[in-house]
Amino acid sequence: MQAFTFNVLDVDRFATREMYGKVLVEIGRENPDIVVLSADMMRSNKTGDFAKAIPERFFNFGIAEQNMFGVAAGFAINGKIPYASTFAAFASMRCAEQLRTDIAYPNLKVRIVASHSGLSMGNGGTTHHATEDIAITRSMANMTVIVPADANECAKAVYASVDYPGPIYMRIGRGAEPIVYKQDYDFAIGKAVTVREGNDVTVIACGIMVMAAIKAARKLAEEGIETRVIDMHTIKPLDEEAVLKAARETGILITAEEHSIIGGLGGAVAEVLAEAGLPVKFSRIGLPDVYSTIGPPDDLYARYGLDAEGIYKKVKEMLGKK
Amino acid sequence: MTVDPALISRLEEKAVDIRKKIIDLTVIAGSGHLGGALSMVEILVALYYHTLKVDPSQPKWPERDRFILSKGHGALALYPILADRGFYPEELMSNFNGLDSPFGMHPDMNKIPGVEMSTGSLGHGLSVAVGCALTARLDCASWRTFCLLGDGELNEGTVWEAAMSASKYKLGNLVALVDRNGFSLDGPTEEIMPLEPLKEKWIAFGWDTVEIDGNNMAEVLNALESLPEASGERPQCIIARTVKGKGVSFMENQSEWHYGCVDEQKAEEVKAELELARKGRGC
Ligand SMILES: Cc1ncc(C[n+]2csc(CCOP(=O)(O)OP(=O)(O)O)c2C)c(N)n1
Repeated sequence: MQAFTFNVLDVDRFATREMYGKVLVEIGRENPDIVVLSADMMRSNKTGDFAKAIPERFFNFGIAEQNMFGVAAGFAINGKIPYASTFAAFASMRCAEQLRTDIAYPNLKVRIVASHSGLSMGNGGTTHHATEDIAITRSMANMTVIVPADANECAKAVYASVDYPGPIYMRIGRGAEPIVYKQDYDFAIGKAVTVREGNDVTVIACGIMVMAAIKAARKLAEEGIETRVIDMHTIKPLDEEAVLKAARETGILITAEEHSIIGGLGGAVAEVLAEAGLPVKFSRIGLPDVYSTIGPPDDLYARYGLDAEGIYKKVKEMLGKK
Repeated sequence: MTVDPALISRLEEKAVDIRKKIIDLTVIAGSGHLGGALSMVEILVALYYHTLKVDPSQPKWPERDRFILSKGHGALALYPILADRGFYPEELMSNFNGLDSPFGMHPDMNKIPGVEMSTGSLGHGLSVAVGCALTARLDCASWRTFCLLGDGELNEGTVWEAAMSASKYKLGNLVALVDRNGFSLDGPTEEIMPLEPLKEKWIAFGWDTVEIDGNNMAEVLNALESLPEASGERPQCIIARTVKGKGVSFMENQSEWHYGCVDEQKAEEVKAELELARKGRGC
């Protein structure tokens, strides 16, 4: 278990990327093989903290993301452990081939930490939204895909990533995300966390949707509906056991993610369920197959049902079908 | 070549108006890419009020010149100009950056008349511009394609892939303008990713290249007026040396003002300073 060395327990919200910046400095001090790469975004993704603390192991490649990930591969084949960061849209799409061919195919220990995920860039529009990245990266063999639920889980995931084999794509947000974990808990890559017990229905969520699911579950509890909430922080390898257990015990499964409904967490869970052949009612919450309109992120979440209200409604709808 | 002094003076006035509108738009949104929007005002004003053949009543007029804003985050400067030119009413921007507004931080060609291409991810625009210029060649059309790039944006390899293809296909009907304000996001370009010798790079890639003061309206107009015939065989590059945050003393050359917040009160101060500059010009 990773110690809860770095955490924020006394606030309701904290920027995950700020936590990333702080933890990077910590692990960098402990491990001389760690190098940090940025692409003209050290202030946005907080790799600038590392640049200040350990400048000799920080590299800024300017607005040239593909080159940065290629360089990361070069570091990795020589035993360094690169943490390379840019916005999720650019990491997963512009650099898709570098991620697959230079990093995943040779199975290199590169940590791709992609910030400003999902719709968190709100009025930045589609060029800056990243609603395809989970689908893209999880289809790359060898790639581990992690979506921390909050800043505290991000800290644990970054610590855990140091000794984990193979490439990792980690997806973090932009804003001050709600804090899910106010107490220490066991975290392991690939092992889902049940953050709330319940046997009527299960919501499997990742990223900021975990808190939304918890809020929906609280409201449902007032009506006597007990919702199991699973934080599926690792999309790949997926904790299939947790999925199947929830399917058997609750019969209704809903996935929730700040990502296209195609190919992300919902897709991954659907694959497991379909192959298991369990009699389960299943639905996915995510961005429908469209490019999002623009607006402040919270308005966009409300528009597409990516919030507590949307999850609440979906649970009621599914229960109606029982 | 001498440019009509009355034209210079009129467009200098326009540049002040546009800078003030950039500030007003930022107040609506609360924040915006101020530095890079302010640096490129003279370039856009010269293009949209003099050089570009466009017809606001027919945004898709086939004979129009094409303009691609490759540094899409400069939309803040483009929007008020397109409104002022009559592509859409200014009121349409009143919900700038708000829910369902056509006007976000980056321009969307399917939502805004006069926007030629949806941009915002850097390093895409010049390739699209090459496609435009090749189309004009195929169709034996006389319109030109202009593309405005950020200097930090030149870090992207795709820019240079596009540059090679433009000279391979002898695209004398293509003009790249570089907003050389000396900064990208993290800091000065020469610290983050050095670009110099920049002029020599474009020349080595087969482009006729001039360097001008891009905040000097006379020089910008002169460079545009001096472009050779579009039927020529060499693509044209204008490196416009500008000041990031131009016109607002506390924003000029300040990295933090790449993206910043301005409230109503601050906006009044800023606009007063911009007005003073207009008076200082003696007009
Ligand atoms: C591919 C890509 N990477 C990163 C960004 C984020 N970004 C937006 S503006 C900017 C700096 C741009 O610098 P420059 O091109 O010099 O523009 P200017 O200084 O004129 O604003 C960055 C890194 C982006 N929009 N696209």
